[in-house]
Amino acid sequence: MAAVMPAPAQSRLLLSGNEAVARAVWESGVRVAAAYPGTPSTEILEEISGYPDIYAEWSVNEKVSMEVAIGAAFAGSRSFCAMKHVGMNVASDALMTLTLTGVVGGMLIAVADDVGLSSSQNEQDSRFWGRFAHLPVFEPADSQEAYEMTRAAYELSERLQVPVILRMTTRICHVKALVTVGERGTHPASGFKKDAARWVMTPAGAGRRIPMMFERDGKLREESENSPWNRVESGKDRRVGFVTSGPAYMHVRESFPDAPVLKLGLSCPVPFEKVRAFAATVERLVVVEEVEGLVETELKAGGIDCHGKDILPRQGELAPNVLRPAVSALLGEAVPEKLAPASKVFPRPPTMCVACPHLGVYYTLSQIKNVVISGDIGCYTLGAGHPWNALDTTISMGASMGIALGLDKGRAEADKDKRVLAVIGDSTFLHMGMQGLLDIVYNKGNVTILLLDNRAVGMTGGQDNPGNGRDIYGNPAPRVDFAKLVESLGVKPERIHVVDPYQLPVLFKTLREEIKIPEVSVIITNQPCVLIDDYKKQPPLTVIDDKCTGCGNCVDVGCPAIHVMRREKAIKPSGKEVELQFVQIETAACTGCNLCVQPCAPDAIVPADPSRPIALIRH
Amino acid sequence: MNEGVYNILVVGIGGQGVMTATEILAEAAIALGHDAKKTEVAGMAQRGGVVSSHLRFGPKVLSPQITGGEADLLLAFESAEALRWCHYLKPGGLVLMNTAKLVPPVVNIGLYDYPADPVAEIRARGYEVHAFDAMAIAMALGDMRLGNTVMLGAIGDHLPFPAETLLEAIVRRFSTRKPQLVELNRKAFEMGRQADASAGHVAETAQSAA
Repeated sequence: MAAVMPAPAQSRLLLSGNEAVARAVWESGVRVAAAYPGTPSTEILEEISGYPDIYAEWSVNEKVSMEVAIGAAFAGSRSFCAMKHVGMNVASDALMTLTLTGVVGGMLIAVADDVGLSSSQNEQDSRFWGRFAHLPVFEPADSQEAYEMTRAAYELSERLQVPVILRMTTRICHVKALVTVGERGTHPASGFKKDAARWVMTPAGAGRRIPMMFERDGKLREESENSPWNRVESGKDRRVGFVTSGPAYMHVRESFPDAPVLKLGLSCPVPFEKVRAFAATVERLVVVEEVEGLVETELKAGGIDCHGKDILPRQGELAPNVLRPAVSALLGEAVPEKLAPASKVFPRPPTMCVACPHLGVYYTLSQIKNVVISGDIGCYTLGAGHPWNALDTTISMGASMGIALGLDKGRAEADKDKRVLAVIGDSTFLHMGMQGLLDIVYNKGNVTILLLDNRAVGMTGGQDNPGNGRDIYGNPAPRVDFAKLVESLGVKPERIHVVDPYQLPVLFKTLREEIKIPEVSVIITNQPCVLIDDYKKQPPLTVIDDKCTGCGNCVDVGCPAIHVMRREKAIKPSGKEVELQFVQIETAACTGCNLCVQPCAPDAIVPADPSRPIALIRH
Repeated sequence: MNEGVYNILVVGIGGQGVMTATEILAEAAIALGHDAKKTEVAGMAQRGGVVSSHLRFGPKVLSPQITGGEADLLLAFESAEALRWCHYLKPGGLVLMNTAKLVPPVVNIGLYDYPADPVAEIRARGYEVHAFDAMAIAMALGDMRLGNTVMLGAIGDHLPFPAETLLEAIVRRFSTRKPQLVELNRKAFEMGRQADASAGHVAETAQSAA
């Protein structure tokens, strides 16, 4: 993103939590910010890259982004990294030792939990990292707090020389609310000072730092007890007092306006004495936290009696529609009437875009039998859906490689003729897939890999990466040559093919040949994501009604621009009954990729007459 | 429950401009001095999924989410989505809906049916419906993307503030980003208002005939 003039101080802006954090990072005088894209955290770095006087980068994965931030903090600069919850799993190796060294320049790690699973493979609670790594955790409840806590975090980080975690959730990252912003301060780097006992974590060095970490725990506990971020809001209905944090605080306030509330903003370490004092003022305590019963467990261990996950779910958001009935039941009151039931409407699962280059790959995969397909995280995960049903596993970023090797080595006798395939995208391959491929090569696995290079991190909105030759600012950057890369990892040159995924016969032939060869092959597709500027639209296609025989082959491609307008039952010469599907193409959406033309037996799909206006399909 | 907070649910599918429309509504409310929060359940919306965008405004907004059964208005960019979300309205609440049907691949390949008559089903559940073809209006003006301004025009006369305030928010947005489109958007807004007015008239006639 190109730098723009930031809004002046005291402006009242409608900002998402992500935008609010970006603004506060800039105001805090941060000099280095790094991230790997991941919903719901992606926009933080995108926004930061629009501010002047701050270095921003897309890193190849979350661990590297954290290490970049660590290095900058060691150099005495204020630094920042952001990631989604599963990204923290990747970065945690660095985190768990960083806690021993601490930092010089202030360092903030923003972690966005996808509570409610809007776009993730699991739902995990990043507040655990604060306990695991002995680090303070801030939990904002809205955009204004995300902004203010970010600023406060840098002050705390530098004062105690401790990296700080900002725990966000989807309902913070993507909610827009009013934020009053301030001035940018300057914090020049103090410079890297050599100190091997602190920066070189050998066993002896680490052994000396661990007691210092415990000592810091005590200071953080004191900080939490006295922090204005942990505040009591009195209320006249003392039957239930709520201890809550993050967006759940807003839901509690909304649902129980008269109840006393202890709001935890600096929620780790838990301020036990403050909670104990609060508990003494109410009849019963209910801890409302998303996702795990973490604070609840700690309070119980500390001898503070409370309710929590005994009455509330351990999954998803704790919105008023969840809280009100749960608390009514606890109080033995009539449970409010449930919402009128929803109407029965078909689902709209996310699907691939019109003309997506992955359509050609998944159409081809859906036609190949006796294979197991190990998948990965990205748009191509959608290949598990209709009409392709051509993806058998998805676990984590880059896992398609190792899991494919395991499927190969661990195969049952009955599966000895099954071919093992792996599907992975360009950015995911660079993130964590390369090592897995090296393992397949090194251990002589029999896996055929489809590396779908669409020159973008597609699922998160088409961010740049080392595979497309552009940096976060859109400036030219060195571009990875995937064919050379996989060859250098040890894949034989004759087993590497670069193919155009819109050329179905070539793709099909290459795949059929490679799965028969009992060694590792890599088929790289080379067409860009349709959502990025590299993609060039072609004139739309149309169906000649008289020629369409209703065979439905084009429907199997799965392009959303192809619409079935009429169905008919027919009896084949063999006596088998089939359903014919007569189609039309929405010319307003079609970009002429030609995929559907290739399986069309009667040649009924042709370029649309350019003199006719583009049409929407009306059902 | 927040005192004096007004709840608008805007729904449709990815790419229709639902989130932008909600943001413009939020900007109009803020211009009048309201507090406002806007939130989506968008998921992988860019991939043709469902988008539901919640807008709450008033003196002070706490939870950003509208609780089911508490929405004051439902603005639906697509027919089946209007049906999917109508139970979020207060009893007897008003649905302003585009009659366009956007059929997803799962319906095309025959796994599910598209509801036969969403308008009738919503009315049968006791909600008031103003239905109009926003897509046809946008196409007649020469650009499908005007659809969301048409939809905003349709909601214009049902807000707790004048339609002109909303129009001003639209004009402000286009004046800074695409000034050449201001006039076209004014026209789209006006046509949306008219479409809603005639749809309202049809709804009334249908009711009195019933």
